[in-house]
Amino acid sequence: MAQELYQLSATEISQRLAKGELTSRALVEALMKRYHALNKKVGAFTHLDEADVLAQADASDARRKAGKTLGPLDGIPVGIKDNIAVKGQPLTCSSKMLAPLVSPYDAHVIESLRAAGAILYGRLNMDEFAMGSSTENSAVQKTFNPWDLARIPGGSSGGSAAALSAGLVPLALGSDTGGSIRQPASHCGIIGLKPTYGLISRYGLVAFASSLDQIGPMARTIDDCVLLLNALASPDARDMTCFNKNHRQQLPEVAAKSLRIGVPKGVLGKGVGAEVAAATQAAIDFYKSQGCTIIEVDLPSSDLAVPTYYVVATAEASSNLARYDGVRYGHRSANAKTPIEMMTNSRSEGFGPEVKRRILLGTFVLSAGYADAYYVRALRARSKIRAEHLAALEKVDMLLTPTVPTPAFKAGEKISDPLQLYLEDIFTIPANLAGLPALSVPCGKSGHLPVGFHLVGAPLSENKLLAAARLFEAAHGFANQLPTL
Amino acid sequence: MSNAEWEVVIGLEVHVQLHTRAKVFASAPWGFGQEPNEQVDPVVLGLPGTLPVVNREAVEKAILFGLVVGAEIPAQCAWDRKNYFYPDNPKNYQLTQKDFPVTMGGKVEIELPGASRNVQGEHKFIRLHHAHLEEDVGKLSHSGSGSLVDYNRAGVPLLEIVSEPDLRSAAEAAAFLNALVMMLTQAGVADCDMEKGQLRCDANVSIRRRGETKLGTRSETKNLNSISGVRDCIIYETARQVRELEAGRAIVQETRGWNAENGRGYVLRDKEDAHDYRYFPDPDIPTLKISRETVQRLQKQVPESPYARQQRYIEKLNVPYTAASVLIAQSDLAQWFEVAVAAHPSNAAGIANLVVNDLLRELSASSGAAEGADIAKVSLASCRIQPAHLAALVKLTDEGTISKQQAKEVFTEMFQSGQSPVQIVESKGLKQNSDTGELEKIIQEVIADPSVAKSIAEYRAGNEKAINALKGPIMKRTQGKANPVLIDQLLRKALG
Repeated sequence: MAQELYQLSATEISQRLAKGELTSRALVEALMKRYHALNKKVGAFTHLDEADVLAQADASDARRKAGKTLGPLDGIPVGIKDNIAVKGQPLTCSSKMLAPLVSPYDAHVIESLRAAGAILYGRLNMDEFAMGSSTENSAVQKTFNPWDLARIPGGSSGGSAAALSAGLVPLALGSDTGGSIRQPASHCGIIGLKPTYGLISRYGLVAFASSLDQIGPMARTIDDCVLLLNALASPDARDMTCFNKNHRQQLPEVAAKSLRIGVPKGVLGKGVGAEVAAATQAAIDFYKSQGCTIIEVDLPSSDLAVPTYYVVATAEASSNLARYDGVRYGHRSANAKTPIEMMTNSRSEGFGPEVKRRILLGTFVLSAGYADAYYVRALRARSKIRAEHLAALEKVDMLLTPTVPTPAFKAGEKISDPLQLYLEDIFTIPANLAGLPALSVPCGKSGHLPVGFHLVGAPLSENKLLAAARLFEAAHGFANQLPTL
Repeated sequence: MSNAEWEVVIGLEVHVQLHTRAKVFASAPWGFGQEPNEQVDPVVLGLPGTLPVVNREAVEKAILFGLVVGAEIPAQCAWDRKNYFYPDNPKNYQLTQKDFPVTMGGKVEIELPGASRNVQGEHKFIRLHHAHLEEDVGKLSHSGSGSLVDYNRAGVPLLEIVSEPDLRSAAEAAAFLNALVMMLTQAGVADCDMEKGQLRCDANVSIRRRGETKLGTRSETKNLNSISGVRDCIIYETARQVRELEAGRAIVQETRGWNAENGRGYVLRDKEDAHDYRYFPDPDIPTLKISRETVQRLQKQVPESPYARQQRYIEKLNVPYTAASVLIAQSDLAQWFEVAVAAHPSNAAGIANLVVNDLLRELSASSGAAEGADIAKVSLASCRIQPAHLAALVKLTDEGTISKQQAKEVFTEMFQSGQSPVQIVESKGLKQNSDTGELEKIIQEVIADPSVAKSIAEYRAGNEKAINALKGPIMKRTQGKANPVLIDQLLRKALG
């Protein structure tokens, strides 16, 4: 059976485009056809400017014809999470608050993608302002897991993960503050990388929690992930937290025998689903069989990660989201007599319940009389978690855990229990708190639902993580798997 | 109220817009007089996804200020977010430096008013607590139909200079601000144009009984935008607090505003309504390291302090106190003066008087400045006189080549044409007549005139002043060109 265009990996597309077997126009036409057939069902995209996409594809084909192609990404569509600014396109963060906003500027990563010739392909649904683990907090629409449309795709980059696994787009950008790339990647059976904090400029990424946020690539194969990562990671003077050196990845051939993989003590115990535990154990056994050294590591402060995260992230969010007041842009209340009333009402009307909950929590933990007990202590706990991880990563090359304790749950199942939902991120949060690179790789199924394992490395060890993941990918059939829709 | 009984204690927080090309965290430029919202960009407007980038120029100006006042420059500084909601605040938080400011300590030398205008007052040092960088906010205005916001000012770099509570009177506070303005402008740190809102001040005022060491409860009056406003507000606030305490009421810790039009303060908010700013370290700006190389490089840009210069002029150059005080207020004026002095070092006082009295008056008049405008603020840019020429003019007078009267005429011509005094003297034939033979002849003619016989008699009878009556006719006959010193000598000789 001839492979459909939507099934191709970005790497395969790149090769076909290079050989002249495929045009970018033919590709995007096929993808838009699929978009019309499936997007209502999956709910991944919130916006797609088809005329603009066709114009970009034609421009790419023209470049290729003239022998002026811009590189391996030229002509390949990349879906963009709706919290990354693209000039002339909506920038809503799936919030009513920003529903009227069209960005007047490009994010650094968007400039980079344009320079690489990639096609900026639509806006992807997300939890409002990236706050959530199921994309159910979107004020725009619901997104469903292509593997089971009754279930959530994960979040907050749920639109990105669902679009990839539904074959709506070959590559996508997500953002990750506590697991927002990796958790939906795991739930949708794709690859998701949260890079080292500072590897990719945050200029143009709408801030949720500035010290934790990173943009990252989402893809269906490791090679695709590397392809996209290399287009994103470049120095940017507009983000003072971005490294000012180039850190493009060249995947080394990893000698499995030299790899030391750390498995945190008791990680497959309490709270982890049996099939998730089994799939993760199978991944550990695979590496062992390849000659890797498996070492049990102790990370005693891991229990502090979730509470620490919800103090630090909400504190920063309460301040980052203060700018949405209806004065300069975004939703403005029609029911106000004074400027202050206008600001108050605009915020009350514009934000959804989870965003309000986090703003309130963040405001509380920073307020006089409470900051020392919450915010300052959380910063101390964060330092401790970071120090423990860095110490562990001196003894091992990477840590391996499940990405999420349990597979994708049913839509609506946990919406009224935020605390239960917060535990979705128990394995992913420490990498954000410590600023470390982390990757989710598909490793099996729990019933019919995908399960991923999670690798965390020392700062700037993306290449090592990706190489180890490729070792696994090459020996298994999980890469570029699409469910039947 | 009895001043003898009460002591006022004042600390000032001075907000100064730094002289930089770009805003403090964005590349947008800033300046005065632009159309509303012309000096903005996505960062200034706080658009979603934008990030601040620290302007090194602003940090260096702040360090330079620190070096000017002898402050400690810590090895690193950091930014915090001060959270509060207001429509003129684009992010609804202000970036400021709470725990790790750019400079620590330092002191400012001030001069108190003397017994009279010509008498130098006491000098005193006022300690600074620290100075920190922050961003200015926009401006909100209300009209009948609604409210308007202009973000041109948002993101303009501000240096907040915080003094210790070392000031003891309104006059000391004014002197402190005067000294600060001189130091800031002369180092090129800030322009301090108060009419453009480039220097604003918050005054913390408390009173206590003399001899008491504990500080009283203070009030803070916000946003004073002139030195006279600061002085008036402190006088008002001191009187108010004395009245309260003498009436047996307690001073309430509160934030106050000042109405410059009616000269009265008013309550903005009391302690219960005080904002909780929820400060926390800004996660977008990493801690900034300040290298010792940078500090050493900036140290070379520190100019001589105004009062050190004043002392040097008075003591080493014998310049009168009032002239020295005018000269030090403006560094380009002082430099101009020093270039002139270098060309004629023997009479710096003469040069100073000419600069302060004649040159500034003419510059002020020709610039169309209003009468009574601060003469020390006149720009030298339009001045056609070169310092060396002014020195030459003083030299010509000192050597007796021209009279003081002639010097005035030459100066006017120099101011208009920019020509050298030597040229003017020659072309106008103004040289003093010092030809002894010719003068002796004229003197003989004059004293032979019977109309002066009475004066001659009086002089000979011992009335020294009577000789002056003879000088007028002699001067007249020489068309004013006679060297008055020579006339005096020759006349006395002729009269025996």
